[in-house]
Amino acid sequence: MSVTQPRGATKRLLQFNSWFVYLFFYAPIILLVIFSFSDSPNVGVWGGFTLDWYSEFADSSQTRSALGNSIKVALVSTVISVVLGTMAALALERFTFRGKRVFDALLYLPIIIPDVTMAIMLLLFFSEAANILGFQKGFATIALSHVAFNISFVSVVVRARLAGMDQRLEEAAVDLYASRWKAFRHVTLPLIMPGIAGGALLALTLSLDDVVITQFVNGPGWTTLPVFVFGLIRKGVTPLINAVSVVMLVISTVLVLLSLITERARSDS
Amino acid sequence: MVRNRDSAVLDRDDNAGDARAELVVDDQFEVRAAKAESRRGLLLALPAWLYLMVLFVAPLAIVTVYSFATRTRSGTELSGWNLDSYRKLGEPIVRDILFRSLTLAIITTVICLVIAYPFSYYLATRPERIRNVMLVFVMIPFWTNFLVRNFAWRVILGNDGPLTRVTETVGLGEVELLFTPVAVVLGLVYGFLPFMILPLYAAIERVDGRLLEASRDLGATGFESFRQVLLPLTMPGVIAGSILVFVPSLGAYVTPEILGGAKTTLLGSYIVIQFLTARNWPFGAALSFVLMAIMLVATLIYFRKGGRTL
Repeated sequence: MSVTQPRGATKRLLQFNSWFVYLFFYAPIILLVIFSFSDSPNVGVWGGFTLDWYSEFADSSQTRSALGNSIKVALVSTVISVVLGTMAALALERFTFRGKRVFDALLYLPIIIPDVTMAIMLLLFFSEAANILGFQKGFATIALSHVAFNISFVSVVVRARLAGMDQRLEEAAVDLYASRWKAFRHVTLPLIMPGIAGGALLALTLSLDDVVITQFVNGPGWTTLPVFVFGLIRKGVTPLINAVSVVMLVISTVLVLLSLITERARSDS
Repeated sequence: MVRNRDSAVLDRDDNAGDARAELVVDDQFEVRAAKAESRRGLLLALPAWLYLMVLFVAPLAIVTVYSFATRTRSGTELSGWNLDSYRKLGEPIVRDILFRSLTLAIITTVICLVIAYPFSYYLATRPERIRNVMLVFVMIPFWTNFLVRNFAWRVILGNDGPLTRVTETVGLGEVELLFTPVAVVLGLVYGFLPFMILPLYAAIERVDGRLLEASRDLGATGFESFRQVLLPLTMPGVIAGSILVFVPSLGAYVTPEILGGAKTTLLGSYIVIQFLTARNWPFGAALSFVLMAIMLVATLIYFRKGGRTL
């Protein structure tokens, strides 16, 4: 035990505080789910059970295409950022090269920079690029922007895995006459796979959640689900938003569960 | 480099024996191998490096150029650099918004700290199995869609919503929180609390409990022991958590848009207004530069003082 056990009144206060924290975290989410089944035009009022808002969600071509767009962007940007991020992680954990420290710092920037600043940067960049190259903003600009922040997150997760791995295993493979590529393919890659999977899930989640950056780099008629919902909220809230929110909540929850499973795989091996 | 110099000395030595000659060959082999390794590392890093040069560094440079540009009727004039946009930061409206954003970000950080410190302490005292479950339930909101979590508060605080129900039952009448700074702070605390809990927990968990026991044995009260032993030992966690909450709060855009009103325009929204409505791109660029400067200073402090806890 690292810190001393609290006793008496202190303990009760601490217990109360932690129950409060969990209530604070979960009550709003649970209420949101409950009200998504409410038959009332007001978002926060219970008016009997209904599935109308979900059928409205399923019937609306706008929401369906926005959901499809979100998934498309998330998958494409995740694949690209997993490849580039894993390569960057290997370079930083296993090699020394000129400019390594600069590269390391550069990789951290997209993580710590505020969303709004990154959004503005990409907005100006794509509007300048569109002036020169003449393209429409849409799927490509959104996916390219998501890769720009996801590379960093993937590389952080994969690096953590590489750092925790016994490097002697790779050395042993090379000593046993495996080529560098074979040692990577048969020893390193399987061992860091949980890290890569964790990074991919994080990239998927971040891409599916992003509003601010996407809003600035999307084009006319091409929008993702969070940007669509954000637009709806600003126009005025309707219970349809409750239902769409719950759909997004379910998607995030599935991704969290998957990441917990990979985490377990990570700690087991 | 030392190796290179050694081998140069060996090269010049005419009386070098066989063993030494072998050493020379070996040395150069190692240098060559090291160079090949360095090339391999660079090749692996290159795709991500180039990608970030085009989609991060170049955009950053463009924002910098824009912040010195001039706004014209039709758009932005890039030639003729000036500091007009930065001078505009001193105007009363802008100063008010900067001040309000800083105040709300500091309040959010302090509230998160006050809630998260005892929570993380309690977490650190739990048996390992319970602790892991508790941690998972902190991580879940961390992974859940930020927009949705803010919208949930819109539902709770809205007209005739659950909050009004509760306050009316208790006899307080209708409490109007939506579209006030209180609602914004609530949304920010809700959004960023996990960022405070995780580094604090990491710092507290690492403290040697015997130090606290020793302070109590020497007659310190619980508070004195906290103030003079636990708090100083966990300061890196406090700093790390505070920065992780403060920086995104300062740049927040989604939360004030959903929970705030016209009177609670914060820096993030104000920047967006410059680009989407006011069409003053140079000024917007200068504002995001200010935000970035604050972020960079905070990050430097983070790596100096608190970086080791994450």
